[in-house]
Amino acid sequence: MNGQHLTGSGLSCIRDDRVLFEGLDFSVGNGEALLLEGKNGSGKTSLLRIICGFRDPDAGQVQWCGAALNSGDYYADMAYIGHLDGIKKELTVLENLNVALALAQAGSHSIDAALERVRLTGYDHALVQTLSAGQKRRLSLARLLVTKKRLWVLDEPFTALDKHGIALTQALMAEHCAAGGLIVLTSHHDLNLHRVTVQRIALS
Amino acid sequence: MPLSRAFFAIVRRDLLLALRRRSEIANPLLFFVLVISLFPLGLGARPQLLQAIAPGIIWVSALLAALLSLDSLFRSDFDDGSLEQMLLSPHPTSVLVLAKITAHWLVTGLPLLLIAPLLAVFLGMPQAAIGVLLLTLLLGTPVLSLVGAIGVALTVGLRRGGMILSLLVLPLYVPVLIFAGNAVAMASLGLPITAQINILIALLLLALVLAPWPAAAALKMSVN
Repeated sequence: MNGQHLTGSGLSCIRDDRVLFEGLDFSVGNGEALLLEGKNGSGKTSLLRIICGFRDPDAGQVQWCGAALNSGDYYADMAYIGHLDGIKKELTVLENLNVALALAQAGSHSIDAALERVRLTGYDHALVQTLSAGQKRRLSLARLLVTKKRLWVLDEPFTALDKHGIALTQALMAEHCAAGGLIVLTSHHDLNLHRVTVQRIALS
Repeated sequence: MPLSRAFFAIVRRDLLLALRRRSEIANPLLFFVLVISLFPLGLGARPQLLQAIAPGIIWVSALLAALLSLDSLFRSDFDDGSLEQMLLSPHPTSVLVLAKITAHWLVTGLPLLLIAPLLAVFLGMPQAAIGVLLLTLLLGTPVLSLVGAIGVALTVGLRRGGMILSLLVLPLYVPVLIFAGNAVAMASLGLPITAQINILIALLLLALVLAPWPAAAALKMSVN
């Protein structure tokens, strides 16, 4: 496992003539997590969308292993869970995961193992529209587990989850980092990752 | 994660989705049948006139039915975030877009093709022209889906993009309408139609090769 790293240098984001952040630098390496903190509207999601490559920073650059995002293997290595979960509600849990699997490389968990991990065993053939909001969140997590992605980009991963769900998510995140994965996330919750270096950036 | 597997997974997913929300298939088809069946009522008992304008009626209705169905191409994917996930996949977006267009045509274009012979007989179109009508629909409706995809990709981020979509896409549909309508009309008169068919084939190949790229680029802009 040679070192992978996500770096941002001199990032600025301007929205409607309002400067959200300026001259922002960060660097995340294997086994590390980066937590973005800040009030609503402080640019956390904008930064995540810049990291995803959905929007270009107004200044600066994000690089994956020293190369620009749109070149090389960045998208084979990254997964994003945003406000929209990207799950089809008319399809079953299994069908959704199969589509995700067809679009990416198979990861450490089989579909069954992943569903067991996120406590959705037995829901394979349930239509997603019959699931609760928290269960849908856990299905998104299962998608991360069945695909082989080094970098997880998570926007408010704890929304709609109960106490157990939050503990589960944190456990999965700690495991991912322990296996050499990288995480960039935003959250209002206190983050408590076991034995993981968590960098914090406060956006104001 | 071969590209072909991703392509067919998207096609399969979209067909499955269409099956679960049947109105998406039924609406354009119903529109097509309704419009065509209203013409004889509006024109009165003038079979000759009806026969003469039948190619135009069928093709204009097919074009409007295609336009009506376009919005569903990327709408739900945009709303539930599947589009973002598609753009983040390591596969070229244009190929995945082509998969979505393929599924969309199978769901909205192919049914028109199947019902068209019945409607052609209903309008009194001569036997010889019905085969040509099917051929022009087979070549022309995929062009409508492909070209339309660029327009939808551009307007999917707008709240009310319907009007702009029509304005964007209709002018690009006109060549298909002209050559396809003309081919069917000529065939009813027993005249040769090789030129029109060749042009339709050329339009289809051109759209097949050129449409997915701008559509993929427009989707990236819409997600931003």
